[in-house]
Amino acid sequence: MITKKGINASPGVAIGTALVLDAEDYRIPRRTVDPGQIPAQISVLDNALETSRAEVAELRVAAARKVGDQAGDIFRFHEGLIGDRRLRESVAELITNHRNTAAYAFSQIMGQRQKEFRALNDPYLKERVRDLHDIERRVLRHILGRQREDIANLSEPVIVFAHDLTPSQAVSIDRKHVLGFAIDVGGQTSHTAILVRMMDIPSVIALNDATSDVTGGETVIVDGVHGIVVINPDEATLERYRAQQREYREFVVRLNRLRDLPSVTRDDVRIQLFANIELADEAEAALEAGAEGVGLYRTEFLFLSRTRPPSEDEQYESYRRAAESLKGKPLVIRTMDLGADKMSFSMGMQHDPNPDLGLRSLRYCLQHLDLFKTHLRAILRAGVHGDVRIMFPMITTPMELRQARATLADVMEDLDEEGISFRRDIKIGIMVETPAAAIMAASLARDVHFMSIGTNDLTEYTLAVDRGNERVAHLYAPHSPAVLRLIRSVLRGGARISLPVNICGEMAGSPVYCQLLIGLGLRHLSMTPKDIPEIKRIVRSSTIAECRAVAREALRFDSDRQVLNFLRDELRKLNDDPL
Amino acid sequence: MVLERELTVTNREGLHFRPIMQLVEVASKFSSRVRIRCGDREADARSPMELLMLVATQGCSLMVTIEGDDAPAAMDALSQLFSQGFGET
Repeated sequence: MITKKGINASPGVAIGTALVLDAEDYRIPRRTVDPGQIPAQISVLDNALETSRAEVAELRVAAARKVGDQAGDIFRFHEGLIGDRRLRESVAELITNHRNTAAYAFSQIMGQRQKEFRALNDPYLKERVRDLHDIERRVLRHILGRQREDIANLSEPVIVFAHDLTPSQAVSIDRKHVLGFAIDVGGQTSHTAILVRMMDIPSVIALNDATSDVTGGETVIVDGVHGIVVINPDEATLERYRAQQREYREFVVRLNRLRDLPSVTRDDVRIQLFANIELADEAEAALEAGAEGVGLYRTEFLFLSRTRPPSEDEQYESYRRAAESLKGKPLVIRTMDLGADKMSFSMGMQHDPNPDLGLRSLRYCLQHLDLFKTHLRAILRAGVHGDVRIMFPMITTPMELRQARATLADVMEDLDEEGISFRRDIKIGIMVETPAAAIMAASLARDVHFMSIGTNDLTEYTLAVDRGNERVAHLYAPHSPAVLRLIRSVLRGGARISLPVNICGEMAGSPVYCQLLIGLGLRHLSMTPKDIPEIKRIVRSSTIAECRAVAREALRFDSDRQVLNFLRDELRKLNDDPL
Repeated sequence: MVLERELTVTNREGLHFRPIMQLVEVASKFSSRVRIRCGDREADARSPMELLMLVATQGCSLMVTIEGDDAPAAMDALSQLFSQGFGET
């Protein structure tokens, strides 16, 4: 039995069989394609071979530099094998003559070669089987498009162990068959963590090296409440966790009873709770959880895991579906926030040396106006189907806001000329997630209908900490006195002209911050739907005076440790149950 | 034009990955088709995969067949590689 401690990313307890994402062999189904598909399959093969070859060439250069020319030679040999015309011809032949998919044909040929190598009974050649295996996996990964196929087509429930999970991988998983996640890297507010929480799958992240402790097939426990993973548990441990699993489910049921109760403080002040969603389908679940609307619809997920940007109609359909599901309740659509850790290379995005400070989000949109305009058209058109609002992310200067607004006006003019109906009086807001915007909030506020504080990025930029980097993730603290002062600055900027200010970072859904945020003056909180019942419980147990006292006290400290300890104590005191 | 010559593997390690890559490199410089036979196995000299499967160890004699316009130059270049033991001992 091995017990590993990580960070709890998504609550709940899962017990099941381990599947290691990076070490598991690819399972290639034998499939045939229509004759018309043959050229496409061959070009998939050629692209995968070329990408793999280029990848190995990079490895060669790196290996030669680090270890010396001899190490580089091995990769040169791999390059040679991948570029082998005879190999390519035999795979292409299988595709053409037997109408096999590129993946199946390639794995067949490579399997045959490995068998032949073994049959020749030569010690040197036997060793080379491993080289062939390595090449096979590399090329297959490119044929299949990363590792997506793997976790998209699971046939039995598993607990997935992976070093890292990209957002596009996370969104492509088959939710029915993933009981839990155990991830080596990540911080509590990394996108991986956000996604697993949204999917309501018990998960533990920042486990460092958990993937090296399992080979797949072991019984494992993921305790997403305490951030613990147990590998090969003994019977007593299993029994204890089965009981915890039952308790957690009862807890969820209890919280769900809160759903239809209003979100008001004990002294009758309304605190509006909104949902953050990623996909149109989640809008309904948001209402289900008791949300009064969607405070943040992250549109970029529509752009991930695909080779070309979605068409205007495709986008419009998604936004319309979300708007209609909300039955007149507000839907705040954030324009796509691509870049940084949500890269979509296939769309011609380049790797910035410092992505968080690079061409991302609105900056990217303002330099790719065609893409941006299509996006805005879809949002404006969907606006006629509900209370749709638009929100621009990553604003740093009033100039950027002006450019974004000018583009929006252009698009409206185009739609007018084409006689297409759209929401003309759409409300416009900005995300305040850079220190610059937070400091200048009073001035930015004059040009918008609402502001929404994105505490994840705001914290990152203020404290200069990459929340996804496990080596510095412990320095990430949204409750840091510096961040709290910036939040206060935004609230003051908004209050001066009675502008609604929302908060949509992870902080909003975290019970420990709830009284503090209300005390600072926030009346709109937007969070993962799942967090709504618990936050509502705290709202209903508090008074505004109490919250103000908490905020006042919290602002007196000069270290984030002190702030957090204080807030935890306050939360502990608040065990009054309104149910 | 078709040329044929018997060449012997002299280096201790035989036709392993480094000599193979040299062979492929040299054979790819010429337009002629180069085939190498070792016992009952035959390989295209531009295919590292097939060359590996020759299992040509030290002392093996290989039948090299070159077909094409620049066959003589190709044969010279290959003979040189073999006689130098691919720069190995």
